[in-house]
Amino acid sequence: MTGVAAPATERPGASLAGPADYLALLKPRVMSLVVFTALATIIVAPGSIHPVIAVAALLCIAVGAGAAGALNQWYDADIDAIMIRTRARPVPSGKIGAQQALEFGATLAAFSVFAMAFLVGYVAAALLAATIAFYVFVYTMWLKRSTVQNIVIGGAAGALPPVIGWAAVTGNAFDTLPWLLFLIIFLWTPPHFWALALAGSEDYARAKVPMLPVVKGSRATRNHILAYTFLLIAATGTPFALGLLGPVYGATALIGCLGFLGFAVALWRAPKEAERTAAMRLFAYSIFYLFAVFTALAAERLIGLAPGA
Amino acid sequence: MSTIMQLTPEEERKRNQRNWAIAGVLLAFVVLVFVVTIVKLGGNVMNRPL
Repeated sequence: MTGVAAPATERPGASLAGPADYLALLKPRVMSLVVFTALATIIVAPGSIHPVIAVAALLCIAVGAGAAGALNQWYDADIDAIMIRTRARPVPSGKIGAQQALEFGATLAAFSVFAMAFLVGYVAAALLAATIAFYVFVYTMWLKRSTVQNIVIGGAAGALPPVIGWAAVTGNAFDTLPWLLFLIIFLWTPPHFWALALAGSEDYARAKVPMLPVVKGSRATRNHILAYTFLLIAATGTPFALGLLGPVYGATALIGCLGFLGFAVALWRAPKEAERTAAMRLFAYSIFYLFAVFTALAAERLIGLAPGA
Repeated sequence: MSTIMQLTPEEERKRNQRNWAIAGVLLAFVVLVFVVTIVKLGGNVMNRPL
């Protein structure tokens, strides 16, 4: 016996993965946006929810979103290993085995849905289950590698948390406002991800992921981003136009939309050598935009300026 | 014949960290279920034969 152990990944049961690696598997940055949009909707939804139940609902949404992220990383480990942006993730870097990621994700997915059902309500639990299933089976396993519309249709999964938050408070998913909020995130997703894809199109091309810039080129992508920006502006203004949200939201939406349009036009007009910078500016602004819009609708309710408040 | 797996000190340290994390998450979940139960019972918590 030499006393030299084989690498942890080659010995079943041995692992060098720490809690931080498992946390990274949950995509905490994506999770924070999901939880924030759900929190804002819980605040704006009519009726009352005990703060403890609200916290339980948000925890279930966070864990469910994280589980979907872990299952995505399990399935996409081959792609992630090729792309520079993702190759340091726990599975492609070898810190966590693919089987462990699958078991971790599947366990948390089931756990979050059952906890939502028993602690919060069945409608919210059913929506959470649908969100996870859509993200894993429809987006990750089907659309992502097969169509240029991958993130357009797949964006529905990321757009559902406001509807889940609404259902957690009201027990009902069939109101106008939560679906308008769904529409805002749904239409926000393409320009957000296409901006990122423009900045890293070589990465996607190497991994053979049919993102719009890879398949249709830079000009078509910039045109699409601008077109979706107009649709996003229309969707963002609708809750105010219908009188469902008030002046704080309306003013924030107006300023936010003007900013979004400014960055989208700047990208549309940018010369090729400035494209990456313009794309990353739009990407960063889009995150700020979504936080601003949802902060406004929650703040408006909290200070009593929302319609019907 | 069974084999005893030898972990390196680093692997043991990481395993301990994982175990503590699992313990913490489970404890937090137990506390959450307890608090939610009390909240859902509300005023009925004392409404039983003593």
